[in-house]
Amino acid sequence: MPSFEDWSAPRAADIIAAHTHRQGAALPILHALQEAFGHVPHDAVPMVALALNLSRAEMHGIVTFYHDFRDTKPGSHVLKLCRAEACQSMGADTLAAQARQHLQIDWHETTGDGRTTLEPVFCLGLCACAPAAMLDGKVHGGLDEKRLAALLAQARQP
Amino acid sequence: MTPRIFISRDAGALALGADEVERAIIAAEQHRGLKIEIVRTGSRGLFWLEPMIEVATPEGRIAYGPVQASDVEALFDAGLLDGGPHALRLGKPEEIPFLKRQTRLTFARCGIVDRLSPQDYRAHGGFVGLEKAISLGPTATIEEVVNSGLRGRGGAGFPTGIKWRTTAQASAAQKYIVCNADEGDSGTFADRMIMEGDPFVLIEGMAIAGIAAGATKGFVYIRSEYPHAIEILGRAIVIARREKLLGANILGSAYDFDMEIRVGAGAYVCGEETALLDSLEGKRGVVRAKPPLPAHKGAFGMPTVVNNVISLATVPIILAEGAAAYRDFGLGRSRGTMPIQLAGNLKYRGLFEAAFGVTLGELVDDIGGGTATGRPIRAVQVGGPLGSYFPRALFDTPFDYEAFTAKNGLIGHGGVVVFDDTVDMAKQARFAMEFCSIESCGKCTPCRIGSTRGVEVIDKIVRGDRRPENLALLTELCETMKLGSLCALGGFVPYPVTSALTHFPEDFGIARSGAVVAA
Repeated sequence: MPSFEDWSAPRAADIIAAHTHRQGAALPILHALQEAFGHVPHDAVPMVALALNLSRAEMHGIVTFYHDFRDTKPGSHVLKLCRAEACQSMGADTLAAQARQHLQIDWHETTGDGRTTLEPVFCLGLCACAPAAMLDGKVHGGLDEKRLAALLAQARQP
Repeated sequence: MTPRIFISRDAGALALGADEVERAIIAAEQHRGLKIEIVRTGSRGLFWLEPMIEVATPEGRIAYGPVQASDVEALFDAGLLDGGPHALRLGKPEEIPFLKRQTRLTFARCGIVDRLSPQDYRAHGGFVGLEKAISLGPTATIEEVVNSGLRGRGGAGFPTGIKWRTTAQASAAQKYIVCNADEGDSGTFADRMIMEGDPFVLIEGMAIAGIAAGATKGFVYIRSEYPHAIEILGRAIVIARREKLLGANILGSAYDFDMEIRVGAGAYVCGEETALLDSLEGKRGVVRAKPPLPAHKGAFGMPTVVNNVISLATVPIILAEGAAAYRDFGLGRSRGTMPIQLAGNLKYRGLFEAAFGVTLGELVDDIGGGTATGRPIRAVQVGGPLGSYFPRALFDTPFDYEAFTAKNGLIGHGGVVVFDDTVDMAKQARFAMEFCSIESCGKCTPCRIGSTRGVEVIDKIVRGDRRPENLALLTELCETMKLGSLCALGGFVPYPVTSALTHFPEDFGIARSGAVVAA
């Protein structure tokens, strides 16, 4: 289970400075910020813009273009369910419905108790082990109703 | 000699419990007072048998699978270390029909070698291609790749050697090799498997490309959905620098080449080479108009070779064995082998590397063994989310770039996704449009807005709302998207939609005769 740091401008400045020298530094910086804080905090965006000599608007455009970058912290557990064709062919849609029903949330949402975030993912490259999912970075394949129920139980742990 | 057990630690094997199996083996080793050497390999690509473990015996390796942690004690009791009999014993892996029928060139080492051992890599033919390229020099190396007939395995099928030559002929202070490892197509996992199972072959291929094109710096753009590949390739790069495979004067030559990994951020469109370059430069992953070609003006405005993982990973064996040896496989203008990925609802699914020319029917009925659910196959999508759905009537199509194009399809990156007769093809067509609307970079109006309108029009057709008019509208929309989009996302999404409509009209409420059924 990931634990994230609380927002700290000096810490963000350090993270940004560690990557600013790299060619095309934006994505490495945003990934590093999200790894530390669990999301890309609003307050960090103008800092990155300044470091990369971009306007705030340009930076906002970059952050929001990519599905990976969040603007709020995720739940204690992040469950990603593959929704792409290979998994669909093995019943992923039914499993997706089961997950949403169980968690009582929709895609990209976090349960009210802050424990579980549900994300769609379009392909984990586990198409020969479909349906597939990723829970807190760990991959799971060959899911059925029972195995998903076990994953959901894990995703509900405090 | 210490007994050796080989465990596949491919993400696919991990997803099916390989970690737990490894822990059980270590536990058994300890409480039985044994001394075992565990070798961590990639996958052989027989995913219905994963987690598969292999044990070295005097007769060669003996495989067991699919092994669960709970099987491990019984396996030891049955004499696992001597290849003893057990219900899960598969015999020699290379004798398993699915593997025996393949021609493994690009994937020759995958699943066999210790993926992070340069000694093992060399012992299995590694570095020979790079040494050859160093002795041949750039021009002759490019000619080898041109003569091999190798075409881009990412999907576009453009001759790899021609890209290299164009970049080599451009003059600039800095040139780049960019490896496209943004393998976003559903049904594909060959890039992931090779990066996790034989990372040095990609590094070697990139170094050869660097020598050929005169580039000293490489980037591998890997999608964030592949954390295992990112980790393994990252470790391999560190080892490769130590082994002088990367850095200044690689393998003692006059050539310098180094590379780094860049991680994507969940945008499918970044698999398109120009969007990838923008993303690499730290921008939104928006598609560029061509020309200028990346070979002239690519990463950071410099001449750049952009190749798919499999294209680059195939180069070492082409150099090692010679262009002719590679070109002898295949048919027509599709030369060599293609790592075909059999996925979705199939009994036997996994990586099937074979010379071009095997038919779709052979792949899914014979090699794939029909559906996993035991129901009849209804549709097969080849080439990812932008590929056409083929009905059984087209199963005689040979796996070949031109043959698929002739049937209004594409082989793309070689993904084959099988659906049984429970599939609703109108739903699949709708999904294609929905996926495009989620993933469009927004540059071209037909893609950005057309995909959303496409979802709505398909919904209306399915509902029976003015079906003939809406069908005509959908057809026109698909035509507009095809002609009015810069890249393959908007340009090819009509393939799954129109193929679903053409081959499975009944799912849209249209009679086979073409007559529109009133709702």
